[in-house]
Amino acid sequence: MTDPVIQANDLQRHYSVSGGLFKPARTLKAVAGLDFSLSAGKTLAVVGESGCGKSTLARMVAMIEEPTAGSLTLDGKPVLATDWAELRQLVQIVFQDPYGSLNPRQRIGTILQEPLVINRPDMTKADREAKAREMIDLVGLRPEHYDRYPHMFSGGQRQRIAVARALMLDPKVLVLDEPVSALDLSIQSAVLNLLTELQDRLKLAYLFISHDLSVVRHVADDVIVMYLGRAVESGPKSSVFDAPKHPYTKALMSATPRANPEADKVRIKLSGELPSPLSIPKGCAFAPRCWKAKARCAAELPLADAGNHVAACFFPEEAP
Amino acid sequence: MSLLRIRNLSVEFATATGAFRAVDAVDQDVDTGEILAIVGESGSGKSVSMLALMGLLPWTATVTADEMTFDGHDLLTMDARARRDIVGNDLAMIFQEPMSSLNPCFTVGWQIKEALRIHLGLGRAERSRRAVELFEQVGIPDPAKRLSAFPHQMSGGMNQRVMIAMAIACKPKLLIADEPTTALDVTIQAQILDLLTSLREETGMGLVLITHDMGVVAETAERVSVQYAGQKIEEQPVSPLFATPHHPYTAALLDALPERATDRLLPTIPGVVPGQFDRPAGCLFSPRCKFANAKCKSTPPSPCGADLGDARCHYPLNTSERIAS
Repeated sequence: MTDPVIQANDLQRHYSVSGGLFKPARTLKAVAGLDFSLSAGKTLAVVGESGCGKSTLARMVAMIEEPTAGSLTLDGKPVLATDWAELRQLVQIVFQDPYGSLNPRQRIGTILQEPLVINRPDMTKADREAKAREMIDLVGLRPEHYDRYPHMFSGGQRQRIAVARALMLDPKVLVLDEPVSALDLSIQSAVLNLLTELQDRLKLAYLFISHDLSVVRHVADDVIVMYLGRAVESGPKSSVFDAPKHPYTKALMSATPRANPEADKVRIKLSGELPSPLSIPKGCAFAPRCWKAKARCAAELPLADAGNHVAACFFPEEAP
Repeated sequence: MSLLRIRNLSVEFATATGAFRAVDAVDQDVDTGEILAIVGESGSGKSVSMLALMGLLPWTATVTADEMTFDGHDLLTMDARARRDIVGNDLAMIFQEPMSSLNPCFTVGWQIKEALRIHLGLGRAERSRRAVELFEQVGIPDPAKRLSAFPHQMSGGMNQRVMIAMAIACKPKLLIADEPTTALDVTIQAQILDLLTSLREETGMGLVLITHDMGVVAETAERVSVQYAGQKIEEQPVSPLFATPHHPYTAALLDALPERATDRLLPTIPGVVPGQFDRPAGCLFSPRCKFANAKCKSTPPSPCGADLGDARCHYPLNTSERIAS
């Protein structure tokens, strides 16, 4: 067993939300305590609906935001805000929207060299250019693309450029925040293949944030299902998908449309919507929408035990 | 006779660099009470063809068709005023972004009552009663109170319900839903799709579902029309389309679904959808098609017969089963 590249213990991020002129500010717990670890060459997928804190998690791991509490260890070293500049080279991020994340006024070559200009000031210009050209080749673009501007590329190619830029500093971890959800189906598969190939070749660890369960099922090794800032279930992909323990995971899977008209459509219907993250119910956050909820669920917070495949639920689903 | 009948519909946009053909010779029929899905990637012209039907395209667009009739009305010769009586009344549409399709300056109650006032001429008390009834029908809790809420005070799922309530306010005969669930979470998406299918059963309206999500198609649609680069390339009932696609594009698209994958690497479709300047001379899919030969590159195929799903292909796939059966 290799040592994990990233280890998170009780990671939390709270925001203070002003309540109005005469009301005190309230605390929004975007991520309320999360433990996970990620090894080299593996993909950890985080799934959940909007507002569950998965993007906040991505921003904490990518060191864009500082955790309010808890600890994050990267490659054996604790991540502290004072060391960010140095540690960021090991963790790079790819964003969802390839139309918004590339500077329209820079050529591809300049975009790719920028991380080197900032982080490797002693590198010569010729070396930087050689490295950028090598990266263009690695992500499956053509050499003549080096001098073009982002608007000349399609969405899939732009996402390749974003991946190339993230790889310029030879990171160990890539945070992928919904990397394919803005892409068309025929382009999506090519970008997913690229990510798989790069992982095999460079032994990258991926933190893959997505809401699309069919994509997650394809790429992930381990899965964390989040609901309102907490992990409700986590474990290896095969056991989470084949035998979900938490009712929310089960509902999420049954709600995901499957591209098979012959499949039986037994959908678990969840009533209601996500509660406001400002007023998370006491006890289990999912209890108000859960069909199995009992008095205990509303009173106490269920915690996941230690183990390989765990769920934070008092009444987990039995294995089929 | 079908409720909606479109023959040879083309839409061209005048752009600074010349004309761009967004929809190219599309035929489409929709019957009362059926769910038709139009699938395609971005730029396939699926939304534009329906916007042309509604008369909602900007002045830069030129719409031509041999026939475009809805419920006995000829939409081609109809003037704008007469069309407005039908649009929003018998022919309604739901858009993708509920947040940006509602007017942020008015309460949702005001907006839904506006449709009732203009199209049905109901009195004030009658309008309120009907608005509450519609909100109940689409499953908005506490409807009387929600009428005075503004769009920003409600979630995306609730706003989409308001949009649906508004669209069905005048009991339309045909409802066009343009990517109605793309902006929503999966659990909310399931609720909205269930709502749309149950409304279809209650009211008997036809439903056109424009989407790019094959999962949504498989679970909701009865008949599926696949569009590529402005052309309709195939149309089949939903089960045979997923089992035996005839057009290579449909087959490749289905293979690219991650849930159908067997290997670590997914099958891909090389290349991109042709744009304004690189439209191939022959079949539009030929540059990306693994079966294409010289004939495909030079001669545009015309649709095969109905038993081959009207596939626009010289060499349709999965033909043997049909001959054998």
